Formats: sequence, structure tokens, C-alpha cells
Amino acid sequence: MSKKPTFKEIALDGVLRQNPVLKLVLGTCPTLGLTTAAISGLGMGAAATFVLICSNILISLLRNVIPDKVRIPCFIVIIATFTTVVRGLLEAFLPDIYDVLGTFLPLIVVNCVILGRAESFASKNPVGSSALDGLFMGLGFTLALTLMGIVREVLGAGAIFGTALWNFKIEFFAKPAGAFFTYGLFIAVFTLVSNALEAKKSKKKAVVAETAEEGA
Amino acid sequence: MEGILGIIVAALFSQNFILVKFLGICPFLGVSKKTDSALSMGIAVTLVMVITCAVTYPIYVYILTPLGLQYLEIIVFILVIASLVQMMEMILKKFSPGLYSALGIYLPLVTTNCAILGVAELVIAAGKEAGTWAYTYGNAVLYGLFAGIGFTIAIVLLSGLREKTDKLNLPKCLKGFPITMIIACFMAMAFSVFSGL
Repeated sequence: MSKKPTFKEIALDGVLRQNPVLKLVLGTCPTLGLTTAAISGLGMGAAATFVLICSNILISLLRNVIPDKVRIPCFIVIIATFTTVVRGLLEAFLPDIYDVLGTFLPLIVVNCVILGRAESFASKNPVGSSALDGLFMGLGFTLALTLMGIVREVLGAGAIFGTALWNFKIEFFAKPAGAFFTYGLFIAVFTLVSNALEAKKSKKKAVVAETAEEGA
Repeated sequence: MEGILGIIVAALFSQNFILVKFLGICPFLGVSKKTDSALSMGIAVTLVMVITCAVTYPIYVYILTPLGLQYLEIIVFILVIASLVQMMEMILKKFSPGLYSALGIYLPLVTTNCAILGVAELVIAAGKEAGTWAYTYGNAVLYGLFAGIGFTIAIVLLSGLREKTDKLNLPKCLKGFPITMIIACFMAMAFSVFSGL
């Protein structure tokens, strides 16, 4: 990495430009499995964010100690440790969330977002920016999951965060097929908007370059 | 439906790992551009699933439970799976170079496939819920085998459909992942018919 990434870059990358769910399409299993309701999406996001921040910090601290050849097994053991911690905490203090997350809770270990950030960011950057990267990547993940959860809960169950809104429901959105459909549409809309923004930006740049050229 | 037939139908269709349980979505999306590679991935996953079930079940029931170390299950399982995959790679390389080169890079990728850890966790969770060991050893291995075959069916079907949609003239924002998701949506609808069985 040529220069230390700034706070703004990390924040923007995590939440928008490199959004793990909508741009990189990583961590798809919990995204599809846990967005039938807003609360399960939020719970999964929070649990994954916790593991992501902790593992990023520890891996960044150990980045000069871990030999390159065995780094992946080391990363996995670190991630598995924090997943065990979060599982125990949720089981003890928030049993409702623990039940909602079910099998997807232990599966945080194999969530590619976390291993991906360990490999591409935490193993190369200092502790501070790794912790921030974990926080914002986690936020991006949580935001995407919660938004999808809200959409599917409002359309599929006529409720939001468990509170009933109206009697109208389209059961399709609560079913597995609805999960794939909603996710597909989310990526499509996200790509559409980011492409439009990109085009606007490059147009602006082109105009600036042109005026600069004319000035010269 | 009870017994072995029930387990087989559930693992193949009504509780299909990809389309109903959402496990193993990453390879489902990543390795489904061509039918050949999808089939290789499916075979690799099925092989590892069977062996994982065969190994993690006795470890949990006969080692972790008597010692009261159930909380270590995540760490133990992931280490067992990673070393199993590594070992299978070495064994295949030595004894069946043909299959080894056909599976290629798909075998190491299987380690971080949540379907594998998922199958181990589901067998254990079923045991916990029932209080007794709901799956006997034979049934656990059988479940692993047919869950793997169910995974293979889904991924091969999707790759066949994707080969066709690649040729379509689609709006730019739908290309790639979004259209794949929408195809998967229709497949999930088709598979949901089996849940009535």
C-alpha cells in the first residue's frame, strides 16, 4: 500500500464504494438467510461487526509476527475465537437474537467479508486504521442487511421491526425466492446509482481538464 | 415421511442447502458460469461434506461432550475441516491425479464454504434440539452425502441457465449478479413446491 488511507477514504469505502454486500457481493449467505425481518438483519450485522473489529485489531497487531505461509489458518483461528465469544455473549444476554440467528451465528467464521478484510486490509495496515476499517465495513454490511430486512418485512409481513403496519402482505417476499429477488434488485439499483454518480464525476473531471487545457 | 427416505428428500429438495437454507451461496454465484466447473465444484463439496459429517459427529459426541467442551465446537470444526481438505488434496494428488486436476482450485475453496461448516452444525443442532442424538451416525453421513448432491443439482442447473442468459441483451445494471439472483429466485420458487411433500 503506497500511502496510509485517510479516515474519509476508509469510511466511504466501507459504507459505499466497497460495500461488502452490494458492491463486492461477499457474505451472501446471511444476507439472504437473515433478511426476512429487519431485526434479524440488524442482529447479524451487529454480531459480524463485533467479530470484524476485534479480528481486524488482533490481526493487525500480529501482522509482523504471523509467518506469511500459515497466515490463513491463523486468521481463521482468530476469527473462530471471536465468533465463539460473540456466540456465548448472545446466548447469555440476548437469547431472543441468539435464537433468530440460529445456524448463521457459528457461520460468521466462514463469512468471506471478515476473512477478506483480514487478508486485504488488516494484515497490511496499522491498528488504528484496521479498527476503523472493521467498523465501517461492518456498518456497510449492517446497513445493507437492515435495509433489505426492512423492505422484506414491510412487503412480506406488513410490519417493521416487529410492529404491524397494515394487513397487506405479499408472502413472496418472506419466502426464499423473495430473498434472491430482493437481493438482485438491491444490487441492480446500487449499480445503477453508483454508475450514474461515477459518470457525473468523470464528466466533471473532463470539464475541469478541458478548462485547464484551454487556460494553458 | 420418516426415516431414511425423509432425510434424503429433505436434503435433496425441500431443505435444499442453496435454495432453501441459503448455505454455500458464494460458490453458487462464483463458480456457476460454466457447467463443467459447476459440476467439479459440486463433486468437491459433496466429497468434503460426507467426510466432514463422518468426522465431526464422533468428535462432538464422543470427545467434546464428555469433556464438557461444547463451546469449542466452532474452533474445532473449522480446524478439522481445513485439515481434512488439505489431507484430501494430498491423497487425491497421489492416488488420483485425474480427479485432482479436474477439481483443481475448487478443493481449497471448499474450506471457506459455509455449506460445509453448516452441515456439521445442523447435524449437531438437530441432536441438541431433540435432546437425544436425532441423527444416528449412519444417518448423519447420509445427510451429508445427499445435502452435497442437492448442492450439486442446484449449482449445475444454475450454470446451465447462466450459459443461456449470458447471450441475452440485458440492461447494464442487471448484468452479472442481479440477473443471476433473479434466476435463482425462479429456481427457489420451483424448489419450494417440494416443501409440500
